[in-house]
Amino acid sequence: MKPEDLEFVAALARNRTGMVLRGDKAFFIENRLGSLARREGLPSVPALIQRLKSEPDEALARGVAEALTIGETAFFRDRTTFERLAEDILPDLAAARGDKGLRIWCAGCSTGQEVYSLLMLIEENQARLGGVKAEILATDLSERALEKAQSGVYTQFEVQRGLPIRLLIRYFDKIDDTWRASAGLRQLPRWAPLNLTDDLRALRGFDVILCRNVLSHFDITVRSRVMEQMAMALAPDGCLVLGADEAASFPDAFEPARGGAGLYSRNPAFARAAA
Amino acid sequence: MKMCLVVDDSRVVRKVARRILETLDFETAEAADGLEALAFCRAAMPEAVLLDWSMPVMDGLEFLRRLRKEPGGEGPVVVFCTSENDPIRIAEALEHGADEYIMKPFDGDIIEAKFAQAGLI
Repeated sequence: MKPEDLEFVAALARNRTGMVLRGDKAFFIENRLGSLARREGLPSVPALIQRLKSEPDEALARGVAEALTIGETAFFRDRTTFERLAEDILPDLAAARGDKGLRIWCAGCSTGQEVYSLLMLIEENQARLGGVKAEILATDLSERALEKAQSGVYTQFEVQRGLPIRLLIRYFDKIDDTWRASAGLRQLPRWAPLNLTDDLRALRGFDVILCRNVLSHFDITVRSRVMEQMAMALAPDGCLVLGADEAASFPDAFEPARGGAGLYSRNPAFARAAA
Repeated sequence: MKMCLVVDDSRVVRKVARRILETLDFETAEAADGLEALAFCRAAMPEAVLLDWSMPVMDGLEFLRRLRKEPGGEGPVVVFCTSENDPIRIAEALEHGADEYIMKPFDGDIIEAKFAQAGLI
């Protein structure tokens, strides 16, 4: 792949999603765009890039941006984070909210493993959570990822990444060679496409925001802006959950909470300034 | 070092599984069917058993049933590793005392994740 092609794709990703491509760009781009090129009937990834350069094609450009951002994911990724949620964060917030119930936002939910993990976790811990109702918003930039998330259909390989066997047979149905999350789980969240770099002012009052392994792909300016918007969207006593090893540089809007592992609370000073 | 007994009638699968388990710092041993596995366990209970289902002489489920009745047979963490993927059969394996369950084909990541879930790592 030519250096100018790499730069072209990197600029497209950056402009549309705020994502910064790092590491071996050629390998990453080839890996992510290969199947998109095949779907478009093009012989190779460079041919796909050539097509984009030669004629403006909004749908194709969006497809490329989406293919670059679909992340690797697993059920119950970062076990400690989910343990903290089950034993500590959710029970405290459930008790504080009572009949009002919990509002949770999975920001950048990719193909849905995190959302289903959370739904199963809430279901399995109903006693500890006092039967609390939870309203869940699941968003992702990629409509393809979101479509898969909403379908709840996973390959045998995918359901063996992080999902305990007892939860698999309790919450999933086997359909031919795939496994599908039960309708009861699939219909719980509100699924919606959303670009985190857009205006997020409509989103307010969340008790927990999960945004894991998303922000570290943004450059520092975009990251700060998104984090500040998230601080506004989070209830003052709410909890932001980042990837376990995303302790990168964060703006003053958040401070580490409850023993770390990617958990943050809204900074009281920021809450006052924003009020 | 923890001992994991690999029970499978395929020599190739045993070899692949052992290689993966050794990278996870397990000591390993092999058995080609349930009866051999039971004899091994009577001599020295392992910490873990990676267990195929369909095997000649004695299948995995029968081995598991008998193992759990042996003195000390509650001890080993038993992880099925089989091409059987019918949810009813999986539930049956769990009822008989299996701790985790891997559906073939498997790779190192799956074994590592499942062993971690079963508390072995």
